[in-house]
Formats: sequence, C-alpha cells, structure tokens
Amino acid sequence: MVAAFSFSKGLTTLSGLLLLSFGSLAASQIEDQAEQFFRSGHTNNWAVLVCTSRFWFNYRHVANTLSVYRSVKRLGIPDSHIVLMLADDMACNPRNPKPATVFSHKNMELNVYGDDVEVDYRSYEVTVENFLRVLTGRIPPSTPRSKRLLSDDRSNILIYMTGHGGNGFLKFQDSEEITNIELADAFEQMWQKRRYNELLFIIDTCQGASMYERFYSPNIMALASSQVGEDSLSHQPDPAIGVHLMDRYTFYVLEFLEEINPASQTNMNDLFQVCPRSLCVSTPGHRTDLFQRDPKNVLITDFFGSVRKVEITTETISLQPDLEIMESRDKKDWMDEELMEPLQYAEQLPVAQIIHQKPKLKDWHPPGGFILGLWALIIMVFFKTYGIKHMKFIF
Amino acid sequence: MAAALPLAVLLLLLLGPVGGGHAEPPRDTLREELVITPLPSGDVAATFQFRTRWDSDLQREEGERITLEKDNCHLLVSHYRLFPKALGQLISKYSLRELHLSFTQGFWRTRYWGPPFLQAPSGAELWVWFQDTVTDVDKSWKELSNVLSGIFCASLNFIDSTNTVTPTASFKPLGLANGTDHSFLRYAVLPREVVCTENLTPWKKLLPCSSKAGLSVLLKADRLFHTSYHSQAVHIRPVCRNTRCTSISWELRQTLSVVYDAFVTGQGKKDWSLFRMFSRTLTEPCPLASESRVYVDITSYHQDNETLEVSPPPTTTYQDVTLGTLKTYAVYDLLDTAVINNSRNLNLQLKWKSPPATGALNRGLVFAEAPPVPFLYAQRYVSGYGLHNGELNTLLYNTHPYRAFPVLVLDTVPWYLRLYVHTLTITAKGKENKPSYVHYQPAQDRLQPHLLEMLIQLPPNSATKVSIQFERALLKWTEYTPDPNHGFYVSPSVLSALVPSVVAAKPVDWEESPLFKSLYPVSDSSSYFVRLYTEPLLVNLPTPDFSMPYNVICLTCTVVAVCYGSFYNLLTRTFHIEEPSTGGLAKWLANLIRRARGVPPL
Repeated sequence: MVAAFSFSKGLTTLSGLLLLSFGSLAASQIEDQAEQFFRSGHTNNWAVLVCTSRFWFNYRHVANTLSVYRSVKRLGIPDSHIVLMLADDMACNPRNPKPATVFSHKNMELNVYGDDVEVDYRSYEVTVENFLRVLTGRIPPSTPRSKRLLSDDRSNILIYMTGHGGNGFLKFQDSEEITNIELADAFEQMWQKRRYNELLFIIDTCQGASMYERFYSPNIMALASSQVGEDSLSHQPDPAIGVHLMDRYTFYVLEFLEEINPASQTNMNDLFQVCPRSLCVSTPGHRTDLFQRDPKNVLITDFFGSVRKVEITTETISLQPDLEIMESRDKKDWMDEELMEPLQYAEQLPVAQIIHQKPKLKDWHPPGGFILGLWALIIMVFFKTYGIKHMKFIF
Repeated sequence: MAAALPLAVLLLLLLGPVGGGHAEPPRDTLREELVITPLPSGDVAATFQFRTRWDSDLQREEGERITLEKDNCHLLVSHYRLFPKALGQLISKYSLRELHLSFTQGFWRTRYWGPPFLQAPSGAELWVWFQDTVTDVDKSWKELSNVLSGIFCASLNFIDSTNTVTPTASFKPLGLANGTDHSFLRYAVLPREVVCTENLTPWKKLLPCSSKAGLSVLLKADRLFHTSYHSQAVHIRPVCRNTRCTSISWELRQTLSVVYDAFVTGQGKKDWSLFRMFSRTLTEPCPLASESRVYVDITSYHQDNETLEVSPPPTTTYQDVTLGTLKTYAVYDLLDTAVINNSRNLNLQLKWKSPPATGALNRGLVFAEAPPVPFLYAQRYVSGYGLHNGELNTLLYNTHPYRAFPVLVLDTVPWYLRLYVHTLTITAKGKENKPSYVHYQPAQDRLQPHLLEMLIQLPPNSATKVSIQFERALLKWTEYTPDPNHGFYVSPSVLSALVPSVVAAKPVDWEESPLFKSLYPVSDSSSYFVRLYTEPLLVNLPTPDFSMPYNVICLTCTVVAVCYGSFYNLLTRTFHIEEPSTGGLAKWLANLIRRARGVPPL
C-alpha cells in the first residue's frame, strides 16, 4: 500500500517533472522562434550590381552581373531597390546574333536578360565617380530616384562587382581604376553615415581577394573568386555567339542560387563552399572577421532575398464602377463652349512667316575682358602719342 | 461674433471653388491601333499607336487655384486612371506644353520604303515646348531630362548645353498653340544612345493594359529588336476636345514602329503573318480601350503583277488619302465579336498571290517595275581625308516632275567640328541655290553646338547639295570617351517639308479617323507635312596616345634613377675592407667528408 502510494507519488512527481521539462522546452522553442524572427535585424534589402567592362569580348562580365540580378529579383528584391550598372550594351549590340538576349549557358539555354530588366546606369555613366557617389549618397540633387541608393541603418546591402582587375585595383571601362583603399574608405563613409546594417561584397575578377584586404568597417562580409596572384577564368564559349558566356565562379554561384527559394534556410557557409578549386581552377576566398554574426547563422536570403512584412486578410472588398463620370461629362462640355473662343493648331511650316522673321537681337552688354583691355590700350597709346590736349576735341 | 463672420466668409471662399470645380475626376479614353504596311522592298512595317486622351485642362485649373492656395498646385489632379501618373506629374511640375521623346535603333530608308508616318532620328531625341509662365527654361530643361532618364532607364542626363539647341523655325508645336515664341523650345539629340529592352520595359508599363491584353500583347522584346528599324516614342500635346475646339484635352500618344527585314526575319519569303513577326497572336482587345483596331495596307503597287491577299478576310475596308496618295486599308476591329472568333485567336496573314501566267519573274524580290519613289528623300555623308579637315554634305532629292517645294533644314553640329560658314554652298542643277532664310548660331567651345537652319526651295526633278567644310578640334585628354577610336557622332539633319500630294486630302476629324491620320495637324489639302531625318554621321577625331602619361612616368623615373643615381653613388659611396669569413658549419662538414675520402681539406 505504501509502495503503491509512493509509486503513485513518484508517478505524479515524474509526470510533474516531465510536464515542467516539456513546458520549458516549449517555452525555449517559442523563444528560439522569436529570436529567429529578429535574428538579422534588417528591415530592407538593397543590391548594387556593377559590371565594369566595355567591348564585345567582355560579354561574360555583363552576363555575370545579369545572372546575379536575375537571382536577386527572383528571390524578392524589387527593381526600385536594385542599382544595376552595366558598362556596355551586349543585348542590343550589333554583333549579337540574337538581339535582346544575353545567355549564360551555351546552346542558349538560359536568357538572363529577360523581358523585364531595368538598367539604372548604362554605358558611359558607369564610372568610378558615379559608383562612389551611389555608395556614399553624395549625389547631385537632380538624380532620379531609381539611380539612388536610398538605404538606411537597417538595410542589408549586396554589392557585386565584376570586370578586369589586378592586385589592389579594379578597372572601369578600360580608362580608369578603383583601388582597394578607395573602396574601403567608401565603405567606412557608409558606416559612419549609417547607410547599411550589414554588407555582403562579392567580387569576380582576377586577384579579387586583394580588393577586400583593406576593409576596416564593421559588419562587412566579403567573397572573391580568386586569391592574390591567381587569375579568375571564364567558363564556356558559345560557338554561335563567339565569346565566352560566363566566368566560372559566377556560373557556379548562379547554379547554387537557382536552388534557393525565398523560404530557404541555407546559410553562408554553403556559399563559401560553392566553387572548389577543381571546378574553378582559382581558389575562391572569403573574409568574415569584420562580421559580427557567425556565418553559419547568416541566411543566404538575408542578402539575396528581401524581407517582406505581409499580412494576409480573408475579407473581400468589392469595387463599384464610377457612374458619376458618364453623367457629368456632357454638362461640363456645354458649360465650356460658351466661355472660350475656338483654339487653333499651329501651322507646321509657315513659309511666309519664316522668311520675314526678324532675327532676335540679343541684349547689348558693354564689352568686357579682352576687348575692353584692347580698347583701353589703343586709347592710352593714342593719347600718349598725341598729348592730352587732344582730349578737348572729344569732350 | 464679429471675428467669426470674416472667418466664415474666408472658409466659404476656400471651400466654395473646391466644392464646385472638382467633384468628379476628369475623363480619359484610350484608343489603340496597329497599322501593317508591306513595303515596296519586301519588308513589312508595323506601327503601333496607343492614344490616351485626358479631358482635363491642367493650366486653367492651376490659374484658378493660384489665387487661393499657392502650395497645392501639384496636388490639384490626384486621380489618375488611364493617363500615367508619372507623366501627368511631369506636365504640371515643369509646366510643359508639349513633350516629344523618342528612342530609335536603325534608320528609316525613305528611298526604298516610302515616306514614314512618323520618323525619329537614331538614338534618343527630346524636344519640349514649355509654357509661357516658365522663367528659367534652361533649368527646367536640365531637370526634366534628368527625371526622364530615370523614368525611361536611358542616359538622358547627358543632355546639357553642349548638345541642346533652340531652333528658330523648325519644330513648331504639334498641338494647340496660341503663340510660338521659340525661346520656350528646346531640342536635343543623343545619337550614341542605345535602345534595348530596358527602354521598352518602362514604356510598356505606361500603357493602361501594360502587356497583358489588347495590341500590347504583341510587344515582345526579343522579336521587336530583331528588326532593321525600331522606334518607340512618347508624345504629349494639348488637342481639341471637340470639333468646335473650345477646350483643351491632353493627349498622350505612345508610338512604336518596327520594320521587319525580308531576309533576316522572313528568310527570303515575302509572306508575313502576325505570328511570324511577333511570335504572338491577338487574343482579346484591351478592356480599357474604347477602340482597338488593326489596319492592313492592301494598296497594291503592281509589282510583278502580284496582288496582296489578307486572311482572314476583313469585314470592312477604309480608303483615304494618306501621305499624299490614295491608300486602301483592311480594317479589323477587335471590339467586334465577329473578328475574334471562337478560338479567340487572330493571326493575320499576308500573302502575295501571283497570277498563273508569269513564271520566271516571280523569283525572290526582283521587280518588273520600279516601286514608286517618294517625292522627297535625303542622304548625308562626310567627305575628305585625314584627321584635320573634312566636309559635310547633304543631298536633298526632289523627284516631283514639275513642282518645287520648300524644305527647312536644321543642322546641329557639335562644337569640336569647327564649321567654316564661308564655305557653305548650296547647288542644284549646276547653279547656286540661295536659301530664302538662313539662321546660323556659331558654336562656343564646350558650351554650345553649331546651329544652322535654312529654308531651301528644291527645284523640280533635281538633287540639291548642301556642303560645308569643317576642321576637327583636339579635345582635352579627359574629355575623350573610354572608346575614342569608335568615333564621334554628328546628329542627323532634320528636314521639315510640305510635300505636294498626288491626291488632295479631305479635312480630318480627329475623333472619327484612324490615329495615323492625325499625327500632324493638316492645314492645306494639296500638300502634306513630313519630317525626315538623315543618317547620323560618325567622325574620327584625332586621338592622343593615352598611354603617354604612363610612358612619361617610366621614362622619367629611369632617367632619374640612372643619372642622378650614378652621381649619388659616386659621391657618397665609401669602401671598407672586410675580413673573410672562416666558413662555419658547412666548411667543417665538407672537411669531414673530405678526410673520409682521403682528399686534402679546404
């Protein structure tokens, strides 16, 4: 009896303990979920995608940038939050056998240009100055919204650059370079102005790792396609188009990103493994010492995707057609007719009027500068030669 | 009580006009139209026009409001239905009267294709008439071009004073105007501008039905850019609201013209269909459109005695004088349920049917009779050799047998080609042809381009040659583009002419007639107005060797290192005696091995 009592007591305590542990487990799970929701701390996403090379044989750099653009759009970042800079036009280039397309795979499997592309900086506008102005926000006041990086201190920014580079520099359009020190200083300016929450910098050029060596601002993670002293190689040429279509590193990054959807939980460590030496020939590198979170806690969609706060409602709203417009139109016309006299279209080529047009006289300004000095010299010489007494003939 | 009364009056004043003037939003209508014209050379031209007419009078309402509430002029019209908000806000913010913006790739060959409905120069062209109320036109122009570059994803921000001109006689307003003071007009062309899908995407987004329904379903970029000529344009102008023309409506026309090449797209065959041109067919009209029509030009030119057959057979035909000649069009009204049948699929097909007798003459595109040559066409080229001088030549052809007509030529030449105006010669039929009006504005280095406007009377059946010599300037090395060896563009010449028509035209009612009849306001029925553009020219400027700064640095450093370095060493180097080292561990090991071998040690 005592045993049974103690048994039941033990059972209750055991069940009580179990309940408590379940309860705490459940509570910690809820906490985890809550923490997960607020993990990254960013509220919006931006992307700055730059292709810096000009000329037809650099087709692959434009294809690189467009494939990252395509992935980023697919994962949710809208065009208004993407600043796309392409230094040359490959799609409508006269040498392109298939106009309005840019392919990333040979045999023309994937058209990364698409039907819905918006390029913000085109052709000659892609310069080091414009790029740094976009990053730091020091832009002339008449620049339209689509050309600005309007990020705040809760924005996660993805910066992707591709082109020809060397040890410590990246070439823009075959005429100027940006050095790694300038880039690091630009990021520091962004940090001091609180223009980003976290920044992911990806670069696909030769000796790309040299570009992130000099960063010193916090919350920056960087990836490069090759180490210092190594060249980044291109992937495959297409015999119909005649040039190399993509670079190896971005090709494998694109393959990796094609499998990501907006809800995926893949983290940065997988991105670091993307292109091993056997596939890429060069050794991709990365730098995470400036980043505060552990890369395995950073989701790919923190940078490539977009945060959405959506609330779904199930109530229906019906829209009524506007009947007022139809009735009031006739009334308004009748009213106006009595007020104004008839207007006329301008004559397109009024020959008689043109022939007898008088030229517009510009306002007369007194001479200045060189002409004034010349006349002053002439008058001075005249009076020196002939003497001041001749002044009386003038006044 | 005493204070409340004026307050109540003030309140009434403020609320009164608000209540009476804008109880309902102004009405807007959309008409869309596609004209398919087989060209004499075997190609086919397709011209889309989407016209939104907005019965709202933005200026008058602004005038009323200014007296009461100065700040709210922009908030006046806040309900946009079919008229796009981006453009409506532009009109009110920059006080525009007219805006014409076009993006073109390729060139319209007037000689072989006939006169165009609306031609545009290669690259980007923007011309704007501002209202009389604008005080600083240049500032508004600069801001407007920046805003448009953001809307259309184009580099229109490169429009500045070095490529903007103020024409004095060309580019009269195409809409209603009660005075034409040319100081409110600005014109700029960017011939280097590339047109691609990123310009088409925002253009399509301005359409009320976007690319989902109606005629805009056919606008797919990969087919539209595989053409010899692609031109998309936006035209905003004030038009008459009714036949009595007592009030103003704003009209937005979006036009897109493409010319499909018979060899590239057609693979040598002259038969065309909507599917072959656009890789799409028409399924339904745009629900927001009050009119949605397709016109096919079935006037036959008696080439090879072949006749054009369209299928499905049209329900109605339309015959009228277009561009001076009588043309017949087959009309397909998409709002008519008989046209789009049960399969909800309309694929127009154009086939050339040859009569059975002839055989050998039908091969390919060989014509038995020459296709009709247009009365006016032009050609432009650069002549000369070397990188110092050159000559710009424009040839204007008048092929009318007995009538002469005037042509207004507008030339804009960049400042780095220094024109010698004393070498300007205009010759026709061997004799000099003096223009009746000449306006020349010389260029200022890095500030403004040359502007030359001339009204030339072209004698019948002649070729008039306008030539002017120029000298190339050397730019500063930072002013060169990243690809200077490509060359520098000279914008095309603009020819505005009243070309005599073969058949007199009837007066046009803008609401009842098709949209392609009301592009230009017509005043005289015996001639029609046309604006042609010549080809843009590519001129090489002398380019410096861009590697010279690097070369100079290398050379200077080498010279300094060798000369100064030698002197420095000579003067400061001293010699010390150094004790030889004993050898150390390596020598000891070597001696060990040598002793083992029996060889004398080191």
